[in-house]
Amino acid sequence: MFKVAKNDLQGTLDLLVLKTLSHAKQLHGYGIVLHIQKASDELLRVEEGSLYPALHRMEQSGWIRSEWALTESNRRAKYYALTPAGRKQLQEAERSFEHLVKGVRTVLRYA
Amino acid sequence: MSLIRRIANLRTRSKIDREIEEEIRAHMKMREEDNRAAGMSPLEARRDALLRFGNPVVTRERVSEADAALGLDSFGADVRYAFRQLRRSPGFACTAILILALGIGACTAIFSAIKPILLDSLPYPQAARIMMIWEGSGSDRPSPVTFGTFHGLAERSHAFAALAVMKPWQPTLISRDRPERFEGQRVSADYFRALGIAPHLGRDFNASDDRFRGPNSVILSDTVWRRDFAADNSIVGQTMRLDGELYTVIGVMPRAFENVLAPAAELWAPLQYNPLLPPDGREWGHHLRMVGRLRDGVTKGQATLEMQLILPGLAQEHAAGYDSTGGPPKNMIVNELQSDLTNAVRPALFAVLGAVVLVLLIVCVNVTNLLLARCAQRQSEFMMRAALGASHTRILRQMLTESCILAGLGAAFGMIVAFAGVRALIALSPPQLPRLSAISVNAPVFLFGLGITTLLGIVVGLAPALQVSRKQLHGGFGSARTIGSRHWTRSVLVIAEVSLAAVLLVGTGLLLRSMQHLFSVDTGFHASGLLTMQVQQSGHPLDRDAASFRFFNQALEQVRQVPGVLSAGFTAQLPLSGESDVYGVEVEGKNNPNGDPALRYAVLPGYVETMQIPLRRGRLLNEHDTAGAPIAVLISESLADREFPGLDPLGRRVRVGLDAGHEDRPWATVVGVVGNVKQKSLAVGDEDAFYINTSQWAWVDTAESLVVRVQGDAAALAPAIRSAIWSVDSNQPITRVATMNDLVAASEADRHFVLMLFEAFALVGLVLAATGIYGVLAGSVTERTREIGVRSALGASRRNILLLVMRQGMAFSLVGLLLGLSAAVAASSAITALLFGITRLDPLTYAAVAALLLLVSAAACLIPARRAVSINPVDALRAE
Repeated sequence: MFKVAKNDLQGTLDLLVLKTLSHAKQLHGYGIVLHIQKASDELLRVEEGSLYPALHRMEQSGWIRSEWALTESNRRAKYYALTPAGRKQLQEAERSFEHLVKGVRTVLRYA
Repeated sequence: MSLIRRIANLRTRSKIDREIEEEIRAHMKMREEDNRAAGMSPLEARRDALLRFGNPVVTRERVSEADAALGLDSFGADVRYAFRQLRRSPGFACTAILILALGIGACTAIFSAIKPILLDSLPYPQAARIMMIWEGSGSDRPSPVTFGTFHGLAERSHAFAALAVMKPWQPTLISRDRPERFEGQRVSADYFRALGIAPHLGRDFNASDDRFRGPNSVILSDTVWRRDFAADNSIVGQTMRLDGELYTVIGVMPRAFENVLAPAAELWAPLQYNPLLPPDGREWGHHLRMVGRLRDGVTKGQATLEMQLILPGLAQEHAAGYDSTGGPPKNMIVNELQSDLTNAVRPALFAVLGAVVLVLLIVCVNVTNLLLARCAQRQSEFMMRAALGASHTRILRQMLTESCILAGLGAAFGMIVAFAGVRALIALSPPQLPRLSAISVNAPVFLFGLGITTLLGIVVGLAPALQVSRKQLHGGFGSARTIGSRHWTRSVLVIAEVSLAAVLLVGTGLLLRSMQHLFSVDTGFHASGLLTMQVQQSGHPLDRDAASFRFFNQALEQVRQVPGVLSAGFTAQLPLSGESDVYGVEVEGKNNPNGDPALRYAVLPGYVETMQIPLRRGRLLNEHDTAGAPIAVLISESLADREFPGLDPLGRRVRVGLDAGHEDRPWATVVGVVGNVKQKSLAVGDEDAFYINTSQWAWVDTAESLVVRVQGDAAALAPAIRSAIWSVDSNQPITRVATMNDLVAASEADRHFVLMLFEAFALVGLVLAATGIYGVLAGSVTERTREIGVRSALGASRRNILLLVMRQGMAFSLVGLLLGLSAAVAASSAITALLFGITRLDPLTYAAVAALLLLVSAAACLIPARRAVSINPVDALRAE
């Protein structure tokens, strides 16, 4: 059983971010936006502003950690990386998402 | 812990803010650069970056919220902002805080009085096991126990771990040059064990102290020990002279010991009654209160049942003793000490509690209305905040913060009101109120105040906060306001206020009318111009009766010599003084050897004349009815009707008091019938009584009440009368000096106390309701300035406009009044117990309340109505 709640969309953003960070060693916010866009074949476009509250919340929860570093174009940016706790969270989130998708699809087919 | 990390973040807030700022800026810059690389112009690149990102200000706030614990920091900002807002409108702030302080203060004060009486358990270990035990005579009220019953129960009962009886004791200490009278108790050995408190110095009473003609010993209260003996640790074993006899101090009670059964008592001595129970002795008088501590595991019901089984045996064994005292008890009544103490005041306290809750509700409604009015003025401010990105919840939180701060400030001042209120409550409280010493503003009371404050803040703030709906926030600026729904809310609130005030007023009116009825009750004597005092005769243990009799007669002679004294007399019990002295009356030929109970007035000649109790038939008592002469008694009309219905009572023979039921004792003759006198209270019709000269009664009471009829001001003559008595013997203490009118008033002190509180609360309610009507109407006139201008430009007369506004205002009060009066019909059932002479549906009260409320609301309407009339149509039309 999987309970569908309002927060699931937010959970989806978390999932996308965690998944993105699991591929790269570390990325800054802008980089995450670009990666999600590219990886989804331009299907998903994250509202860039809403990414940051999510990033900070996940950092406070200990799923990701951050450090300031220089970009290729020599600009100071905050880079995020996955923590072991984040990796576990990612597995869990992926599982829930699978459930959600399966559930929603079943409902859609039923009609 | 993420919560701790978030709280820690608060400290380094400015640093984190800078980082967030920088992070967002970096993001924008990178997007801008990419855009430019893709061929956009610098301006286009920047615009696209902004569009993609959304509102950076909002993002920044949400990011820092994610960092900080539950937005703790923005709470600080809210608080600062709220204070600034309040400072900007001091009139509003002061009014709201004052009203809240009144409501919170009154509520807290009443709660602090009710808590120790109704909520707290008594200050004894396992207080729920302590029981009061009374004798029952079937349907009648419980009566005090005799020593005979106590002695028999104590010997046979196994239900109690400790069982004790007590009676008041007022010994006189002749220490320096003046006699000082103490309040104390005579108690049987187990008294303190029943309560579960032991002396902290010395020892408790034991069986060898409490034996007939045993040694004189005394236990002191902590107060006496500190005040009169300078907290001397070697006090145990020392002696003190009480009533002319030496008493050995054997113990001192702890400071924390609260004696709820006799709060004024400072000394305790053993009872020392005769366990042989002579049938004609005081051992068979109904004058002892009995208290017991249930053994572990024994229930109240089991104890009652056990005593019920013991009673028949007792009655058989002590038939002679019970015959002299109105027969054996039919049953024993066992009550928890707590409910026994509080039963009498419970209805009054609940009525007061109800009234104060009504006041609090009115306060709530009033402040809500004030906030709504202010909210209307701040409409554009909220719209501006919404336009700048404040979310709806953010604005809601801001408003709740403001109302909670208002409530908090109200509570701060409310605590001052509560402190003053508690002091006033204690000063004005009726003597029947138990546990007076435990009433104070302490930590739980403070927490209670804090609780209602928080509740008030939220309740009061919620309505205006919800008013600022999403729709209105995005409705736009300017003059197009949606005032309809807000007006509707405010009208409902005003109507609620008026109806709550009406309920309070009806309660007050009913109590007021009850008091009127009570004080128009015929007491049976003429109270004006009467001075009363209690005179004690102490000392002379050898021929106490003769010495007392001599002293009281000489004192009476001296008092009669005082200029201004018209007449004077002594009585063993004084009407409406709280005393109740009942003995049996055996009627010849009726075969009631136990005697029917009647109030006993043992008097010195002159008492009935001084009280001006009307003589209905026969003659009064005189000096010739003395020891050795045939015994003469006066009886009250009600006793005559009860014992001799339809017959002439004169010349009938009765045996009274200890003589009742004793064949060998002489008969007394009824020589006259006098009017009924209220003894217990104005409301209670307990009037069966007989009067007998002290010289013909079995003993002379050592405490007698002097009644003096004087010319002019009764109280002014007190010093002269006192010195007249002391001219006979300056060692005899004189207490309870009061005019008869004071006693009459004091006998209704509990009703008066409730009435006083109701009056105060109703006044507050009325004023708040009036200001509520005024506020809403004034606001509406301001908002309708343009409309009124148009109306008068189109030819409406001043009269039309006056009526227009008045009609709106009076509609509120009429609807409120109707609702309030119907609510009062239901609510008044809560004070039925306090009413006298009227029903709770007393039409006069309801009519008077309606008239008063309408009058006051008309006055409240008049001011805005006059302003509406004075609106100049030209100015009004130009203003918009």
